[in-house]
Amino acid sequence: MLHRLTISELTARLARREVSAREAMQACLNQIADVDGDIRAFISHDPADALTQADAADKAIIAGADFARQPLLGVPIALKDVLAVKNQPLNCCSKILGNFRSPYDATVVEKLKAAGALIFGRLNMDEFAMGSSTENSAFQTTRNPWDTARIPGGSSGGSAAAVAADECIASLGSDTGGSIRQPAALCGCVGLKPTYGRVSRYGLVAFASSLDQIGPFTKDVRDAATVLEVISGQDQRDATSIPQPVPPYTKALTGDIKGLRLGLPKQFMVGGLDPEVKRAVDAAVTHLQSLGATVQEVSLPHTDHDVAVYYIIATAEASANLARFDGVRYGARVDGADPLEMYGNTRGAGFGAEVKRRIILGTYVLSSGYYDAYYLRAQKVRTLIRRDYLRAFEQVDVIVAPTTPTPAFKVGEKSGDPLQMYLSDIFTIGCNLAGIPGLSLPCGFAPIAKPGMPHAKLPIGLQLLGKPFAEETILRLAHAYEQSTPWHQERAL
Amino acid sequence: MSAPDFNIKYVAHLARLKLSPEEEQQLGAQLGHILGHIEKLKEVDVTGVEPTAHAFPLVNVFRTDEPRPGLSTEEALRNAPKQSSGLFVVPKVVE
Repeated sequence: MLHRLTISELTARLARREVSAREAMQACLNQIADVDGDIRAFISHDPADALTQADAADKAIIAGADFARQPLLGVPIALKDVLAVKNQPLNCCSKILGNFRSPYDATVVEKLKAAGALIFGRLNMDEFAMGSSTENSAFQTTRNPWDTARIPGGSSGGSAAAVAADECIASLGSDTGGSIRQPAALCGCVGLKPTYGRVSRYGLVAFASSLDQIGPFTKDVRDAATVLEVISGQDQRDATSIPQPVPPYTKALTGDIKGLRLGLPKQFMVGGLDPEVKRAVDAAVTHLQSLGATVQEVSLPHTDHDVAVYYIIATAEASANLARFDGVRYGARVDGADPLEMYGNTRGAGFGAEVKRRIILGTYVLSSGYYDAYYLRAQKVRTLIRRDYLRAFEQVDVIVAPTTPTPAFKVGEKSGDPLQMYLSDIFTIGCNLAGIPGLSLPCGFAPIAKPGMPHAKLPIGLQLLGKPFAEETILRLAHAYEQSTPWHQERAL
Repeated sequence: MSAPDFNIKYVAHLARLKLSPEEEQQLGAQLGHILGHIEKLKEVDVTGVEPTAHAFPLVNVFRTDEPRPGLSTEEALRNAPKQSSGLFVVPKVVE
């Protein structure tokens, strides 16, 4: 049962030497063997290497390691297939990377290792983090642990499903337009996208550099605070990481939210919102008021334009970032008579449909004659969107909203219509465009009809958006809510 | 509303993507649809608004210029699809 523990529960038992890191790792490996044939969260994992790491952690614990200094010692953590771990495969769930193995560790991986974490397994995702369902993975579609007929969300769907199915204790993902918060909501775990610049992007394969951030998936809010504290901080190797001290995030979890001012964006509570999602979010807001928070309506007038701005800026940046996959220095190559033909053949064979779609769109909006009309205009509207958020934060401390318009949809339901898939990101995109931190945590369930399963249900996510670098505030609010509600105790399996 | 002059063959060439005729047809139709949605942005008044490239722009991020260890040649070439004599091999560029 060790695989079902949170980080804080596991490390407490490890520190008391009631259990070993090897036992914890083995429990996760057993759970993968038992359930991942159905869930398909992992692309690959190396059990022998995982157990070797666990044995090293056990030695350190016996030698008297300090858990205050190494808060993740002996904790099995799996990573989205977009983060570099030295000598491990890295594919971004694309064919184009071939048999690539990372020659170095991402900064977050260095930090996790220094904190004692056991880094094992590559988690499924939409190819190059482009998608909302993991259906764009070149390898497999991950299933939602609450109902395997449904998607886990995306793009970090494997990261969310692995935590929800107790196949690892925590995981990391990346969030460019909601790719951490949306799957966390749909799988019923906690997902946190930090402020832009809070966490170094070195060793994260770039999708849209001005929007990407790495963040944790965990089983409760305390664990999210613990992991964030480990991975945050300025890094010389990422010039966009911000020189701001890292506070002790777990100390912010006081349980006291009296007087905290919450804002409900009126543009988020309109058409297209599933009635069960609305019911759960309304109830959560009422509950937060009963804990002493005050609530008012706020306006984010440019919300309607979030999706259009995002799909211009993100695809433009992606078209430039993905130019490096040309078959010259790494990955797969499809030969041609000259370099141009080789680039075209390699990229035509190596990229999947959604990645091609976005590269084409991004190339078009940056191309001569269209740059001003699309890209520059989108950057200006981004300014207006960001301004809306900063104005709202003059009146309130946290913006509270649904994470997604609906609970998890079925596999295949939206994969034929890219625009419908894009529009499902409507509530998460603004956070990335504004560069602010956002967290999703479970706030209830929607019942579903499933033959032979009278109590089948899907998790619903509550999204908390904070001021720049106010991760402590949203963690405090999330923790107070979580600890006074039963949702986080429900397990998918 | 579809975007004007969207030439899928030309854009695919710019992006160095070889597409099959079916892909050209399908991507062209889907992108027309998506660009139609994006046209909405033309409704927004952006007079006098500065563009945002980064939410928290930092300027002049410097560090001391001192040599540090990097990847060895062997490590840098380890993932190469084709290599010889410590170099990446590519198709002939000049006749």
